[in-house]
Amino acid sequence: MSKERKEWNIVGKKKYFFAASIVIMVVGIVFNILFGVELDIEFKGGTLIKYSYQGDLDHNELENLIDSSLDNSFELTFSTGDTNEHAFNLTMTDAISMEEQEALDAALLEAYPDSQLVKTTSTSVPPSMSEQFFLKCLVAIVLASVFLLIYVAIRFRKIGGWSAGVMGLIALLHDVLVAYFVFVIFRIPLDDNFVAVVLSILGYSLNATIVIYDRVRENRRIMSSDATIGEVVNRSINQSMSRSVNTSLCVFVAIAVVTVLALANNLSSIVSFALPMMLGVLSGFYSSTFIAGPLWVLWKERKGAGKGAGKGADKKKDGRGKKVKA
Amino acid sequence: MKRTAKPVFFIVALLIVALFLTAVFGVYGQYGDRRDTYIRGASDIRFGIDIRGGVDVTFGPVGSTEDISAQDVDTVRDVISQRLVLNNITDYEIYSDTTNKQVIVRFPWTSDEEDFDPNAAIEELGKTAMLEFRIGSDTEVQKDEDGNPVRDEYGNEVVVPTGEIVLTGEDVDTATALYDTSNGKNTPVVQLVLLESGKEKFAEATAEQAASDGTISIWLDNEMISNPTVDETIENGEAVISGGFADFSEASDLANLINSGALPFNIEVKSNGVIDPTLGDKSLDIMVMAGIIALALISLFMLFYYRLPGLVAVIALFGQVAGMIAGVSGYFGFFQSFTLTLPGIAGIILSIGMGVDANVITAERIKEEIRAGRTIDGAISRGYDSSFWAIFDGNVTNIIVAIVLMGVFGPPSGLWATILKPFLFMFPASTTGSIYSFGYTLLVGIIFNFVMGVTASRLMLKSITRFKCLRKPWLLGGERA
Repeated sequence: MSKERKEWNIVGKKKYFFAASIVIMVVGIVFNILFGVELDIEFKGGTLIKYSYQGDLDHNELENLIDSSLDNSFELTFSTGDTNEHAFNLTMTDAISMEEQEALDAALLEAYPDSQLVKTTSTSVPPSMSEQFFLKCLVAIVLASVFLLIYVAIRFRKIGGWSAGVMGLIALLHDVLVAYFVFVIFRIPLDDNFVAVVLSILGYSLNATIVIYDRVRENRRIMSSDATIGEVVNRSINQSMSRSVNTSLCVFVAIAVVTVLALANNLSSIVSFALPMMLGVLSGFYSSTFIAGPLWVLWKERKGAGKGAGKGADKKKDGRGKKVKA
Repeated sequence: MKRTAKPVFFIVALLIVALFLTAVFGVYGQYGDRRDTYIRGASDIRFGIDIRGGVDVTFGPVGSTEDISAQDVDTVRDVISQRLVLNNITDYEIYSDTTNKQVIVRFPWTSDEEDFDPNAAIEELGKTAMLEFRIGSDTEVQKDEDGNPVRDEYGNEVVVPTGEIVLTGEDVDTATALYDTSNGKNTPVVQLVLLESGKEKFAEATAEQAASDGTISIWLDNEMISNPTVDETIENGEAVISGGFADFSEASDLANLINSGALPFNIEVKSNGVIDPTLGDKSLDIMVMAGIIALALISLFMLFYYRLPGLVAVIALFGQVAGMIAGVSGYFGFFQSFTLTLPGIAGIILSIGMGVDANVITAERIKEEIRAGRTIDGAISRGYDSSFWAIFDGNVTNIIVAIVLMGVFGPPSGLWATILKPFLFMFPASTTGSIYSFGYTLLVGIIFNFVMGVTASRLMLKSITRFKCLRKPWLLGGERA
């Protein structure tokens, strides 16, 4: 026979885990208030044109030239490359037509024939279109959340599906906020990558929560009937622990490899989704293990205490209690 | 208990290896200069413009959208598709958004096309071709107000047709290239179908011209594309242009040109994006390298940590990766090839993560059962049985996410979008290919997770443990004896 494994009292220490999460949330919100969040052109509309060039350009002269060939107000930023390759970005708050872009290109090429000017990227979206797109992204996230809640409620109805589903969603909200704060803190503009990251974490984290709920569902059947809800959940979290750690480790390593390689090669478009996803995986592990289950215990105990005769309420509130025979 | 035979492991593993090799490398035949693709490999995957650079344009009507029907929008889409092909851009995606009366076009721009001008291409696509049917084929040099000839940018005189206009693009329904077999030969012809508005005008003009052996010429942007002789009066609005076509493709070129002039409304560029391909090439290499390193690290971990179930998991994982590559490259006839974008790669990472998870959950369960003193066969059976519902529920939640994404961001006429219509009524159907790709890769990944991570790995583990030398509890996670 194998020896009994050490069981951590996670449910009993739930206060500390909740506190840690709240601290992270507060830090994120403070950052958000202080620095705000940038929206990408896709979400806020406008125009962004990037040019690369070689050698030196007089910045003021360039600004005057662009000013004379464009009707819109614009902002000009320069970035200096490590060799002779430089770039400048032109941002506007509104969309401009193809004709205007062509006129600008022609004017620039005429003024700087020797600078090897190349337009590398251009995006132009009218604000009305980007607003619709932003709304659609929100709809996708809300719609997915509602369907997930319904599914969890049905599948786990034996252990109180709705409350389990709601607690799972709170854990998801936690992860989505963490991913959002990564965008805020690292000053990454929100774009459609953000939606992909949020939905990946949603799927990943809910899966981890479901694995634990599945254990709760099973343990409710096999553990003795006087085990408190806290004990059942704590046992389930512990049994799922090595699975949670190992899976999270594998996914984390996979995304970390992507992030490191992209950082090393200065590929900001990949970093902008790999970095938030990497930290989101950590958050998903944390929230499904330390938040969803314990929070659900808290809810069940409160409800039990209200009725006065709940299964868990007449016993010690903490999850550990005395040893339960398996 | 039903036993799984020993060879099953090798059969399943070989099938997976075969799938992996063919999905990654494809199967091609080389006959001289001709390269035939029998099975599409990873090199045939179409990457989205966010990865390899390209053009993303939305065309919308000039002015009010009120009088424009959904059918008109589809016509514009068809016309733009034809223009893409005429410009030798075959690798495009195009959607019509009938709610906003817009047409969304995306096409890649490969780095070997150095002289490719994306702005010019966008303008070419959006320009309104003017289609006119005129009596005769007379032309004159265009004169400005002072009577001087108008010259184009190369200094040549601009020549314009002068014949009386019979029909314009608005009167034409369709033009189709066909083979006429009525005289016992296959003669290429173009069949022209007119709308109600054009029938009477055309009947009058053809009656007049048939009497005098005249011609009715067809002009696209003041360029004569055909000048057929009128043989008879055409009253039902269905004319056939025959003769003078050297081969079928010439006839179909004319049909395309006529169709391309039949834009039901004037369009302009509403939004546009151009991404430089050099950025794209690099990100692709990095993603491939990262994928190989990550897969190697995960495989080593699984092998050392879970031993025999780990080995089975690694094989199943390769099967899942192969399945995902096959799912986007168009390996299977019933799956179309699919454009892979950055969010699409996020979908692949998530589903590989789910695949690892399925194997980890099961391996942990088997380990638990072994440590609780169960026999090898009993532990494997119980391990798979007790982990199934957790894996099932976790994967179904991801299917839900995938379907919502495909419905919200996919083509409005797609299967999922139709199902989700009651929820999306207040939101216009705009397509965002990059997120749609996420939903697709996730869905394919989850399907292969059930095939590989659940079914194939179970078969393999049950059969490989029939070998006596491998029937050791330690290999399944038990304590070392």
